[in-house]
Order: sequence, then C-alpha cells, then structure tokens
Amino acid sequence: MSTNADPVDFDPPYLHPEYRSTVLRAPRRPPVNLPDEWFHHLAGPVFGRVLVGPTDHDLTVQHAGEPIGERMIVTGRVLDSDGRPVPSTLVEIWQANAAGRYVDPGDDHPAPLDPNFTGAGRCLTDAGGRYRFLTVKPGAYPWRNHPNAWRPAHIHFSLFGPELSSRLVTQMYFPGDPLMAHDPILSSIADARGRERLVARFDLDTTEPEWALGYQWDIVLRGSRATPMEA
Amino acid sequence: MAETPTPSQTVGPFFGFALPFPDDRCAVAADTPGAVRIEGQLLDGAGEPVPDGLLEAWQGDQFARSGTDREGVFHFLVRKPDAGPDGQAPHLHVTVFARGLLRHLTTRLYFPDEELANAADPVLGLVDADRRATLVARDDSGVVRWDVHLQGEEETVFFAV
Repeated sequence: MSTNADPVDFDPPYLHPEYRSTVLRAPRRPPVNLPDEWFHHLAGPVFGRVLVGPTDHDLTVQHAGEPIGERMIVTGRVLDSDGRPVPSTLVEIWQANAAGRYVDPGDDHPAPLDPNFTGAGRCLTDAGGRYRFLTVKPGAYPWRNHPNAWRPAHIHFSLFGPELSSRLVTQMYFPGDPLMAHDPILSSIADARGRERLVARFDLDTTEPEWALGYQWDIVLRGSRATPMEA
Repeated sequence: MAETPTPSQTVGPFFGFALPFPDDRCAVAADTPGAVRIEGQLLDGAGEPVPDGLLEAWQGDQFARSGTDREGVFHFLVRKPDAGPDGQAPHLHVTVFARGLLRHLTTRLYFPDEELANAADPVLGLVDADRRATLVARDDSGVVRWDVHLQGEEETVFFAV
C-alpha cells in the first residue's frame, strides 16, 4: 500500500441535478479504467504555444485606464499530490468584472461592462510553484439555474501540470460569501472539506498597504513527480 | 505526505474571451506534410449541439484547443501521430470541457485508416466491443470526422484519469 495514495477524493460527480446543465451533459456510463502505465502518467499537453505576455498576470493594466473595483492580489502555490511545487506550469484565469458582468457576448446580465477590464489573465508558476495575479474582485451575478439563483463571486482557474491526469479547471471563491451556501455548483462537492479547498484565504501579509487586498490560494494537482513517467 | 487534489469545477459558459489563443486549433502549420483536419460535433444527451464546449487535443509535442460553435462543431489541425508504446495504435488524447461538466472528460481519438493497428490496440481492447466505435473517427473525403456524445445511446467512451 503506497503512502502516496490519494487520502480522499473531493471531486464532484458528473451528474448533480441541482445544477441543471448536468442533466443532459453528464455521461451516464462509468468511465473506463485503464492500467496506470497506459494512461495516468503520460506527459501532459505541451502548452508552450499559449503565449504568456509580461503583463498578462496583471488584469488592471490591459486597457487605457484602471478598472473599477476592489484591487486585489491573488497568489498561491501549485503543488503536486506529494506537496511538492509544480514549477513553470501555465495558469489561466478568467472572471466577471466588479459589477458581476463578463465581457463574453453571451452574458446578458444587465450590469455595466467596464471598458477598462477584460477579466482574462495568464502566468507561469515560478521555480517555487508560485503564481500571482493582480485584478479586481469579481461581483456576484444572477443565472437561470433556478429562481433567484446567484453565483457567488469566483475566479475561474485552468492549470496543466506535468501529466495528463494533472489537468485541472476549477473555480476559486472568497471567504465569507453568503452565496456559497446556495450555489449548486460549489455544493456539488459533497464534503465540506472539499468545498473549503476552493475558498481563498484573506491574508494581511499579502495585502499591500494603501494599494491592494491580498488573497492566498494553494492548488494541488493530481499526480506527482515521484511517479514514473512513461517514455 | 499525500495532499488531496483541489476539486474540479465546471469551465462554465463564459470562457470564450479568455481561453482561445491565436491559431489555437492548429497544432501544426497548415502546410505541414501529414497534417490532417479533424472535425466533429459535441452533442448532449438529447442529441443537441453543445455550443459552449471546449476541447483540447494533444499527443507528444502537439497541442491544440478548439471551442465549439453554435452547431457544436470543433476542429483541429494536427500531424497524425506515430504508433504509441506498448502496441498502441496512433491516437490523440482529447479532453472535453463544458458548462454542465463539473469535471472535464478525457477520451481518445483513433484514426480510420489504421484498422489493423486499432484492432490490436490494448486500450481499445479494454473497452466493450460494442462501444469501441465511439473512439474511432471516420474518413469523410479526407477530413477525419469524429463526434463526441456526452450522453445517450452513442455515448462516447471516457476514461478515468
């Protein structure tokens, strides 16, 4: 029995009827298990074609003026399941503006767009596995999943990591948001400890005085460098 | 000390302004010898197109990303990969993201002109015979056509990763 085995799996199920869009999109058959050596530890996608510009980590400087909203630093470490830093991996984020409106043309929420905010960022983790974004706090917004449905404020994250199994798309939430308790997407994670893993921690030490609030959020990817890689 | 992985959440509907990048559908330049166009439709359990999906295809040094359009159509331009290790037929790894998918899905695309290699492929061999066809694309006048069914009678085979 390896000590590296995942202690708990907090991932949500595919089918979670409270989140209506799962009903026709969740596969109904169980996924096919394959022997590790054929699948699990294959090297992941080579994302070098996704260019990361020098200011892509700063969502407040992508336009002529500054975006409206609570200026915010979001930073943390990307770790493998052995707790070791994952360096040089791509982190992509996207979010609504401070009013809870996405730039996406599909978003018809009648809240104002901000001409100085797109809400998309990219960076690579440093040698210590650390990422860092400067942005503004996203607003909550309504959606049509059920009557009076509101998404808690969140930032979408996409990460690659070194293996096929380490690919992760998830969402980061903010501590104390009362909407979290009513959100069927977050609540799809049955275990409260799993939900807590998606909530950033306000950190006064990360906060820059008279400039921006600081949040820390560490991300653990599946897989580890200790596992053998297929040639 | 083992760490529990951060749980997954859906990509949601509004990633189209953020995740695409220039020429993201083309893992190789259009004039690359051996380049093949892969085209398909992402469909839900009612057989309706999924217009807000995102697929990624990769193999070795190739990586491509394609959103789906209003008709659920995605496409990639890739160099057809060589046969893999352990007797594996040429294939691409494909991940599928969409609103309504709380976790992404992982599958494989096999090529229609590799009948013998596909028949001997150890991964296809682990899949129920009546579902193997969901992983094998078909030739459509030079385009490699491969639809992904999230659910339903023709549900695509997905793999636990």
